[in-house]
Order: sequence, then C-alpha cells, then structure tokens
Amino acid sequence: MADFEVAKITKGYVSIPKLKEGTMAHSQPFIAKEKFQVPLGYPGELIDNWKEVVIEKLKELSGKYRSLKVFLDSCIKCGACTDKCHYFIGTQDPKNMPVARQDLLRQVYRYYHTFTGRLFAKLGIPGFVGAKELTKEVIDDWYVYFHQCSQCRRCSVFCPMGIDTAEISMAAREILDQIGVGQKYCNEIIEKAGRIGNNLGLPEPALLDTLEGLEEEIEDDTGVAVKLPLDKKGVDILLVTPSADFFAEPHVDGLMGYAKVFHEAGVSWTVSSYASEAANFGMFIGSYENMRKLSLRIRKAAIDLGVKRIVFGECGHAWRVAYSFLNTLAGPFDFLDPNYPVPQHICEFTYNMIQNNELTFDKSQNDDMTLTFHDSCNVARASRMGDEPGGQFKIPRAVIKAACNNYVDMPSDTIGESTFCCGGGGGLLTDDLMELRVKGALPRATALTHVTNEYGVTHMAAICAICKSQFTKVLPYYGFTMDQIVSVHQLVSSAIVLSDAPKDNEESDETDAA
Amino acid sequence: MSALSVFYTILFYSAATIFIVGLAYRISVYAKTPAPLKIPTTPAPTTKSGVVFRLFTEVALFNSLFKSTKWTWLFGWMFHLSLLLAFFRHLRYVLSPDSVFWPLINNWLVLFAGQYGGFLMLIGLAGLFGRRIFVDRVRYISSPSDYLMLILIFTIAATGMLMSFVNHTDIVQLKAFAFGLVTFNPQELPGDTLVLIHLALVASLMIIFPVSKLLHAPGIFFSPTRNQVDNPREQRHIVEWAAKLEADRE
Ligand code: SF4
Ligand code: SF4
Repeated sequence: MADFEVAKITKGYVSIPKLKEGTMAHSQPFIAKEKFQVPLGYPGELIDNWKEVVIEKLKELSGKYRSLKVFLDSCIKCGACTDKCHYFIGTQDPKNMPVARQDLLRQVYRYYHTFTGRLFAKLGIPGFVGAKELTKEVIDDWYVYFHQCSQCRRCSVFCPMGIDTAEISMAAREILDQIGVGQKYCNEIIEKAGRIGNNLGLPEPALLDTLEGLEEEIEDDTGVAVKLPLDKKGVDILLVTPSADFFAEPHVDGLMGYAKVFHEAGVSWTVSSYASEAANFGMFIGSYENMRKLSLRIRKAAIDLGVKRIVFGECGHAWRVAYSFLNTLAGPFDFLDPNYPVPQHICEFTYNMIQNNELTFDKSQNDDMTLTFHDSCNVARASRMGDEPGGQFKIPRAVIKAACNNYVDMPSDTIGESTFCCGGGGGLLTDDLMELRVKGALPRATALTHVTNEYGVTHMAAICAICKSQFTKVLPYYGFTMDQIVSVHQLVSSAIVLSDAPKDNEESDETDAA
Repeated sequence: MSALSVFYTILFYSAATIFIVGLAYRISVYAKTPAPLKIPTTPAPTTKSGVVFRLFTEVALFNSLFKSTKWTWLFGWMFHLSLLLAFFRHLRYVLSPDSVFWPLINNWLVLFAGQYGGFLMLIGLAGLFGRRIFVDRVRYISSPSDYLMLILIFTIAATGMLMSFVNHTDIVQLKAFAFGLVTFNPQELPGDTLVLIHLALVASLMIIFPVSKLLHAPGIFFSPTRNQVDNPREQRHIVEWAAKLEADRE
C-alpha cells in the first residue's frame, strides 16, 4: 500500500519512541513555481542575496511579533515538549521534537542577533551556546522540518514558557517565502483563493450548479424544499464555509446539515461566490498580509450582500482565523447586527437552537453508529465557542449527542486541549507529504483503535475540512475505512426532523453515512 | 581595604549594574514589541483577572509543566522553591536589624527553611542534570551551556551550604561587607576561599542572567499564549503596524 513502513497499532496508547536521527530528512513538499510566488508578493525563485535577507527578516519579524521574540529568547531546554508532537511520535526523527524544530531557527537567531551568540561565534565555539552560522544546509533543514509542523499548538499547552512552535514555523515559512522558497501547495491555493474566491478555484457557475444539486438531493430525500442560496442580497446570514464542503465526502453531508438547520431556524441565508472559502492558508505561511487580504473578501461580501450576521461552517484553522483574527484583520464589524457574535460557528448556531428546544431529532436515524469526536487542534487550542472557556469541547459534543444515541470519548490525554492533530493540518494536506501525513496520524489512529476495541466505536466525527480529508485518506493505512469519518452536521442532517416534512416521507430519510 | 575586597566590591557593583540595566533593557524590548494577533493557548481566561490567575498558576506552580512531565516538574519546582527560600534567608545580609522587614526574615522559619532548603536545591538540580544526561530526548536538545548553567548554580548552592553547615565563615564580617555594598559604604571582605568562590559565582550568574536563557524569568509574563485575554470577538485587537495597512481599505 505504501512505499514506507506503517506502524502496527498493538497497544491502546501511544508510547514515547526512541530517537532515530534523520528518518524524515528526505520528506519535503514541492517548491512553489514563480507563477504562485509572485502574486503573493514573493520572489519567483531563490534569490542571490538570500543570506542577508534571511538575517534581516529574522530581525524584522522578531521586532514585529512579540511571540517570536519572547519564544526565541526564553526556551529553557527543559524538554517538556519533546514527546508531545504527533510527528515526532510517528517518525522518531529528533528534529520533529518541538524544541528541536524551534532550534533550527533559534540557532541562527542566536548567532546573528544575540550578544552571547555573537560573542561565542567570535570565540569560534558558537555551538557552546546553541548558535549556528546560516548556510544553505540550514535553509534546507528549515524547508524540510518547518513543513513537518502542522502548527497544531499541542506543544504550547505543555511548555512552561508557553512557547508555541507554530509561531516559529509560521515565521520560518514567511522567511522562506521572502527568499523565494515557498511551498507549492499553500501558495497555489492562496493565489487561487485571492483570485477566484475559494481554494478549489470553483467559479460562480460551478458553485451554483453544486448548490442546486444539493437542493435536489435534499428534496428527493425529505420532500422538503430546503434552499442553498448563492449571492442572495439582503438576507440575514452570510455562510462562509470551507470549499471542500461543496463537493468532498463527508464534508458535503455536513453542508446539507447546515442548510437544514437554517431552514428549521427560519432564517434567510446565503453563500457568497466572492468569499466562498472559510479556509485561510495565509495563516499557514505566516503571512499577515496574505491572511488579511483573504479576510477582507469576507468583509466585502458581507457589505455587498447586506447581511446581518456571519456564520462559519465546519473548519478548524478557518475557525481560528475567524474567531481569533477576523475582527483584527477585517473588522470592525459594526455594520452587522450587534446581538450576535461576529463571527458565529455553525455549531454555536445549532447548539443554541437545541438549547431553546427549536430542533427535533430522530436519534434512531444514527443508531447504526457508535461515535467518537476528534477535537480539531485549531478549534481546541486556538479558539473558543460559546461564552465559557472550553465551550469548544462542550458544544460540538452536545450537538452530536443531541443527534445520536451512542457516543464515547477517546482517552482524555488525546482529546480536549491535549488533542492530537490529524496529521494533515498547517498546509501539509498534500500528496507530496503522504508519508508524513500517515505517520503523523499514528497517535489519533491509536486512540481510535482503543475505543474501537473497547467500546465498539464505529465512526469518528470531526468539524474540520482538513481533518476530514486527511482521515479519509490516511486512516485506511491503519485498517479503518474511509467512510468511518463523518461531519458533525452530517449527523445533524440525518437525525433532524424537518417540521414541514410530508408525513409519509419520514421513513425515507435514511442515513447516508454508513 | 585589601586589594581583594576592592576587587570584589567592584565586581559586585559591575555585576549588579549589568543585571539591572540588562534586565530593564530586555523587559523594555519585550514590552515595546507588539503582539499583532490574539494567540492565547485556549481554553484561556476571558477576563484580565483570569489572566492574572493563569499567570500566577504558571509562575508559582508551573501548571503547564505539571501537565507535561511530573519528574521535570518535581525537580524544577523544588529547585525554584528553594531558590526563593534561599533568597529570603540571604536578605538578612543586606537588611539592617532596624528595618521593619527584619522580624519577617529573622525568624526561625525563614532561617531554617532557607538553610535546609539548600538540600532541596541540590536534589532538584541533580535531578534536572540527570534528566539532561539520561533522557535521550533532553540530551539531544542540550548544548554545553545548558549543563554549565546547572553546574554553576549547583556550585553556588554547594559552597553556600558548606559555609553554613561545615566550614563557618566570619559571618559578622560577611554581613558588614554585604551591608556595606547595599548602603554604598564598602567594607572588608572575609577572605576564606568558600566565600570567594560563592560570591564570584553569584556575580557571574548576575552577569549572564540578561544574556542567557535565565531570561525566562521575565519572559513568561510576556508570553502571548499565556498573558492574553480570550476576547477577540468582543474587542477588536489591533497594533500600530497592522493598523497602518488599513489605509487601503474602502
Ligand atoms: S517545553 Fe518549552 S521551554 Fe521546555 S524545551 Fe520545550 S519549548 Fe523549551
Ligand atoms: S505545533 Fe504541533 S506539529 Fe508543530 S511542533 Fe508543536 S506539536 Fe508538533
């Protein structure tokens, strides 16, 4: 099945592996060509004076981002993070230990930008204080290992200094872009989203076609004319959802779920073709500018369509950008209805309706499944839902439990704030990183195997487009089938009882998840 | 005054100057560096007082480290606690018996805890050192300076304890010297070797503090993943350089 070795899961928990140097030194994504670099404001290929630019950019960024500055300075090498990264656990490569990954950048920072580093460099022993001169090999190492970090922030939970390796990875990728060594997957997508409106490059007619198709599917299924409007002006809600929701499985089943919930809520809503993408890959490459440009499309769409609220669909990093950054990047949203948070998550929306007894479910529709829930990193550790800290754990579970009878959590050190990344986040969801993606999924696959064996779990629900795509692709390597991954709103979609459904049609609402 | 006393007096004044100026400089750099995005590691407090509490649990209890590895937490926390105890015990060298704080530090509890806390410190440091050597992951990420830092502090603690348990020095003269330093009235220093080693190493520690990883002490307070309030939807967060980009907005 694969040209690399896939670990056999024999135990119900992950154990900390021994170090094996260089196991992933060969793993790197394709480099972006000029046509994807230039539109993003980066040079088309490696520039001649890369060395000066790297040194200069490192200084500039550590002056613009307190996170970077403080994180580069205050690591005490305590080792607390060393066994926390799924990529280290799955690959044994010591450079995938969070602190070692940071050190790839930190050694250069020390050499050029700290008193001690410069002093010991003059003495000829920079290594004494962990400093290292910048060479092409160092840059190559950056490209390799900063594309083995999914920016999941798991390490930041356990670091006594609060050091978040994701911030370092973002800075490193930004610097690499600035010298012309960008990553093809991310930059191609950002270019497309910036030109067309979504990561897949779906133009308006294609979107319209898809949404109409879904309307027909729902009507065939339920006998109810649930609408999925596009570019409709003057409606209540602008739905911004990852473009994978328009066609990928199981994403699209989730989209139909949102539509049904909106239908039951009696609110008017629309998708925008101009801002038909919740994902924002500008974050993955650490580019404030690119992230901002993509975010401004959402602002413009909201203004042009004259909506009152913005709701985001199921996507992990998109929810981080939306919840934590959107107000900063594209706010203030004082032109929207102040009675609702901007933006709102679809799970918050559905949860509120459940709380108010405004939704009816026939949970038995999901009785063919025993579910568990995969907390997506960016939702778990970089955002919130609801009013209380930790709402991001409670609310999606409450939605699942409202729609399903059988639910079991995975072991506590693999969910919540300690959740393990799917292995495909942070701009790594590309076929040229398949080995990394499979190996990075080992901890999650292990936890899933555990609840499968112990509690008969059959399906895992997720609220992230990347997680869903990644799992459908890599879990088969660990003996699961692709359809064991479901969207949370797919469960809602199967169980929701539409109040205007014709009576005789109720039974035909078979689940399409099995 | 003897040449030695003059040397140590100058050494301490220079070390203290480097320590204070260096630290103040670093703190001012951190304070001035903007944090353009809201990046608290969530679940995070939604209020300022919540953040103060979070920082307190981090600084006083090493909450995150506790979640991570119990052994490192135990040794690290033991070491830092004993550092605090040692600090209080040493206050009696630089405070006048007339000071209002004197009764607070000159009581059996502080003196006893300070003295025997030294053992905690040695155990803690030895534990941390052991981890660095024996755990392959920690060994991989350590550079020589990381070991030396531990050895340096270990030697300071060991010489201090030798003076207090084995080889008593002229405590009256030592106090006169230390008190003289802080009151800008330099005095003779008792010349035994242990005192000289102890003080020289303390001075070096003060000098390397602002330019080394010992800087983690103030760093934690500026760590955006720990010190930010989780309220991005309620309150727009924007820094100066980011606001400038908005000139292109319609
Ligand atoms: S846990 Fe934090 S301080 Fe400790 S080694 Fe890792 S990054 Fe450094
Ligand atoms: S952010 Fe996640 S992927 Fe990156 S080093 Fe930390 S644990 Fe690993």
